[in-house]
Amino acid sequence: MEKKLPTIEIIEKYCKGCHICVEFCPTKVLEMKGFVASVKNLEACIKCMQCELRCPDFAIKVSA
Amino acid sequence: MAFDYDKYIRPGKLPHIWCPGCGHGIVMKGLIRAIDTLGLDKNNTAIVSGIGCASRLPGYLDCCTLHTAHGRAAAFATGVKMAKPEMNVILCGGDGDGTAIGGNHFIHACRRNIDMTYIIMNNNIYGMTGGQFSPCTPTGAKASTTPYGNPDPSFDVAQLAIGAGATFVARGTAYHATQIDKLIVEAIQHKGFSVVEILDDCPTTYGRRNKFKSVIEMMNRLKDVAVPVKAAEKMTAEQLQGKIITGVLHKVEKPEYTTEYAKVIERAQK
Repeated sequence: MEKKLPTIEIIEKYCKGCHICVEFCPTKVLEMKGFVASVKNLEACIKCMQCELRCPDFAIKVSA
Repeated sequence: MAFDYDKYIRPGKLPHIWCPGCGHGIVMKGLIRAIDTLGLDKNNTAIVSGIGCASRLPGYLDCCTLHTAHGRAAAFATGVKMAKPEMNVILCGGDGDGTAIGGNHFIHACRRNIDMTYIIMNNNIYGMTGGQFSPCTPTGAKASTTPYGNPDPSFDVAQLAIGAGATFVARGTAYHATQIDKLIVEAIQHKGFSVVEILDDCPTTYGRRNKFKSVIEMMNRLKDVAVPVKAAEKMTAEQLQGKIITGVLHKVEKPEYTTEYAKVIERAQK
């Protein structure tokens, strides 16, 4: 069965580039693209929601 | 599904003013999740704050909000609660606002045991006003007004609240994001004055002066120093040196102020 991938929405207008989501993602799904976070490897996402929980800027939304 | 924070945020208010990596945003998310979990009515919930970075929080929330004078959140909130005892009153503010400028109001709100929840975001410094040292700045740490290191011993906010008579005291950190809403939920449910201290980071005015290279380093410090209450029970005093105990630290039942005051009114009207 094909793995259902989550969608990770990053609101670039809100992101202040603090690196928290990138550093604390256990499977290194995110990376910094310039000053904002972006999705690098969606396949690796385990939907732990840590990035969404820890984003202080309300910039990440993960939907499983 | 992603949690819908927008439901509780005033339209057009984001992005907020907090610096990149500031933990206040994480605490605000925790508070929103707690309000959602308890299903509190937005029109029957008052969020009261004083002045400071952390005190900007009510401005973003779509509840009944009150942004008051520096340190006077507890005083104004007491007024709100006395006028409308059925209202859920939540206070928020920083360590400087709560324990220095509003220290007197804070301890007396604790003493009265009035049914409110005070969320203190302790980032060890006065952020907004320019990085002056606060009563929670650790000994030896640098601030704009202590460039050679702070000689003062710091306050333990949780112990202060317990000593002053608060009936529910908990402590969390901005790193342990999932714990924040659980502590706030328990605090709001508690009948009496509840204090939730959240250890926070201030990368701009505290981190830079105290040799923290990045926000991540500050977050990792919070991760390292925090010890849950249950784990701490099994540890020796030596092992607990430099650690900070998190979780529900104190919970007792005592007569609540608005109920007691209603009895006074009843007696007076006889």
